[in-house]
Amino acid sequence: MNQTDLRELEDRCIQECSPWCVASCPIHVDVRAMCSAISKGDFDTALATVTKTVPFPRIVSRICDRPCESSCKRTESGDSIEIRALEKAALSFGSSKKTKMRPLAAKGFRVAVVGAGLSSLTAAFDLLKKGYEVVILEGRDQLGGKVREFLGHGLVEEDIDGDFAVLQDSRLDIRFNQKFGVNFSTNDLTDEYSAIYLGMGDLAVEDPKLRNFITDLKIDPLTLSTQTERLFVGGGLVRPNQAYSPITSILDGRRAAISIDRFLEGVSLTASRINEGPYQTRLFTNTDSLGSSFRTPSGEHHEGYSSIEAIDEASRCLQCECLECVKVCEFLSTFGAYPRKYVRRIYNNLSIVMGQRHGNKLTNSCSLCGLCEEVCPGDLNMGQVCRSARQIMNRQGKMPPSAHEFAIRDMDFCCSEECSFARHQPSMNSSAYMFFPGCRLGGSSPKNVELTYKYLTERLNGGVGIMLSCCGAPADWAGKEDRFAENIASLNSHWVEMGRPILITACSSCHSILKKAMPKKKLLSLWEIMDSCGLPPVRDNLSGLTVCVHDPCASRNEPQTQRAVRNILLKLGVRIEELPLHGRFTECCGYGGLMCFANKDLSSRVIKNRIEISDNAYLAYCAVCKDHFLSQGKKTYHLLDMVFSGNEDGEAFNRPVNFSLIRERRRFLKISMLRSFWNEKMSIATDYDMIKLHISTEVKDLMTDRMILEDDLKIVINQTQKTGRRLLNKSNGHFLAHHTPAKVTYWVEYSPHEDGFVIHNAYSHRMQVVEEATL
Amino acid sequence: MTEYVSRDDFSQWMCGECGLELVMKRVEVQYMGSGYPVELPTCSKCGQVFIPEVLAMTKMAEIEKLLEDK
Ligand code: SF4
Ligand code: SF4
Ligand code: SF4
Ligand SMILES: [Zn+2]
Repeated sequence: MNQTDLRELEDRCIQECSPWCVASCPIHVDVRAMCSAISKGDFDTALATVTKTVPFPRIVSRICDRPCESSCKRTESGDSIEIRALEKAALSFGSSKKTKMRPLAAKGFRVAVVGAGLSSLTAAFDLLKKGYEVVILEGRDQLGGKVREFLGHGLVEEDIDGDFAVLQDSRLDIRFNQKFGVNFSTNDLTDEYSAIYLGMGDLAVEDPKLRNFITDLKIDPLTLSTQTERLFVGGGLVRPNQAYSPITSILDGRRAAISIDRFLEGVSLTASRINEGPYQTRLFTNTDSLGSSFRTPSGEHHEGYSSIEAIDEASRCLQCECLECVKVCEFLSTFGAYPRKYVRRIYNNLSIVMGQRHGNKLTNSCSLCGLCEEVCPGDLNMGQVCRSARQIMNRQGKMPPSAHEFAIRDMDFCCSEECSFARHQPSMNSSAYMFFPGCRLGGSSPKNVELTYKYLTERLNGGVGIMLSCCGAPADWAGKEDRFAENIASLNSHWVEMGRPILITACSSCHSILKKAMPKKKLLSLWEIMDSCGLPPVRDNLSGLTVCVHDPCASRNEPQTQRAVRNILLKLGVRIEELPLHGRFTECCGYGGLMCFANKDLSSRVIKNRIEISDNAYLAYCAVCKDHFLSQGKKTYHLLDMVFSGNEDGEAFNRPVNFSLIRERRRFLKISMLRSFWNEKMSIATDYDMIKLHISTEVKDLMTDRMILEDDLKIVINQTQKTGRRLLNKSNGHFLAHHTPAKVTYWVEYSPHEDGFVIHNAYSHRMQVVEEATL
Repeated sequence: MTEYVSRDDFSQWMCGECGLELVMKRVEVQYMGSGYPVELPTCSKCGQVFIPEVLAMTKMAEIEKLLEDK
């Protein structure tokens, strides 16, 4: 990920784009912030928001032609927000501590501003603030120009006086009755001033020669500069035949002041001036479920809204923003910001050479489920960002070992001799198909793997082989590219040895991994086969049962699999109630991306949120999803439970997720399948396997929490039995032994009991202690 | 890193191999390429140390996290 990638990613997230009101306001008053403040009754902040941008707020809040209101998002269902009236309310009810403008240090240039309408006075105001000396040359004898035509039409004299009072400054020289072409010429201006702004209305020029001079000026709309150096033009002169727009005049004055400042500072006039003036925003705000609402009427007051009315009106503002992804992703909302910010954090985290990397947890917590991309108007996929960041961390040697080590060890175990194998169908020597149940189905229910295999061999012709192993998803999710590639290579060579059969997957994660990593292979999902080949006779009547289907996140882009699952349920007579987020928009169960290893609390919340959506039982067709939901007591069927056992499988509903148990079942699956299908006897290879442990439920829970396996304890005890190295508790006679088989040191408090050992406690750490005999 | 284990934490435990009481001794702990001296209850004969559960699960876990994010 380099700077360009980062920019490209940041750019996809449009959360920071302006809302419609702000983008269409020529000077970009932060209307959204103003509405937010007013809705809370905070008129002071609202006032400060207005005056931050608007030079003459009394006038603007009365006569602005309000392009903001016609583009307000609220108009999609009901009336626009009464933005101008709210600005007026901010002025009426807010108070400001700011009394005078505070100009910057004097720059030493004198600028002429011709005219005293809104554009000229804005230019003068902005230039004064920037530290310039300004001379206003006005043909008539008062300030305001066209503004005065509004007197009696919504505007009163005090508004004008009040607004223009800010212009009393020692660096400003106002000269009335100075008619262009009569009292001074173009040459006079260019001789005397460092820069000139012509902002008088078109009517102010009577002299025909001067008129021609002005008509011949080529005005650059972006900078308002002309072919005559130092001369800038804006206001009514630029738009002779258009209706008067006070706010556009203000924009002209502002634009000119920026150009003049840049010109006198000797920097580029054109650089980064996009989005000056009104523009189309790229923001997206979801209005799908927006009810209509109509403008708050203003009661008695001719003077506009009362404060209560203003609060009502401002509360109608949608506070437009995107956050589509944050609304559907617990991970994104947990870290308190949104993807535009996150990609920057992740990028910065990768760039740290020395010092603490505070973004590791963020990078490792994403489930890589891809839901964000589905809902994002810019198609930003944070999963891809996090996955490639993890790969970089691994390459840098900066991946915290504890984040994924347990999961990778688990994967290694699945691929080891202890639980993996590949065979052709019994008494056949070729395979048209190969069943690939994946590592988690066997860990959750060995019985379902055996029943499914039997089913497949009965329904399909040409031989159905089987391969028990792991698809490598954990390595992929952990960003361990080498380990992943190694696994794919091994799967591939087995597949070639088996005669390149069609692969049948029972797990959506395996399916998507194999699809991506072995693109030339033919893949079928078990569910498609069951849908088309017919179901085994169902033992129990499932009709009348209603379930919510939880599509695993890895099935997001497999509509045919999702459809097949629903077809099977219909054939079983089960009623389906869809969850709000399903199919393409389904959520992760909290396992994807190894979230549950890197951020257990987050994963628990993800599970909790998901299972609370409906009181119905859930139907999962991924073993992990089922185990995750069961871990918090949600009644969840695996589709195979229904297909093979009907609904009476009590065991399906209350099994806690326990890594040791999962491991046991996988080991058992290989032994059992080899024996019952191929009549092969497998001998147990490990020397610690015969050790028998007695563990209470409390200690088991503790071990799950601490990610300690029963195997780990057996290894420690086996070791200490050989060496005699252990501590002894003088009061209760317990032993305490520790051992470091690989990277983690395990401590086991135990006592011998009958044919085995009672486990009282177990804990672990990763720091190594250097133990030396002193004598 | 001296005060992590108090007398009460280990007074019940003795070396099961040598039959000796544990005494506080300076040993080295290492992780992610960094090493620290720390006083831990140790068998004065065979050098077997005792790391109490609370030390492993709190302070050590904290330092591990810190070093992993370096
Ligand atoms: S959906 Fe999320 S990532 Fe996409 S633009 Fe909106 S806030 Fe940004
Ligand atoms: S609803 Fe509010 S934030 Fe959205 S465009 Fe209208 S005024 Fe602006
Ligand atoms: S968990 Fe899923 S939806 Fe959330 S950021 Fe990661 S990939 Fe996107
Ligand atoms: Zn000893």
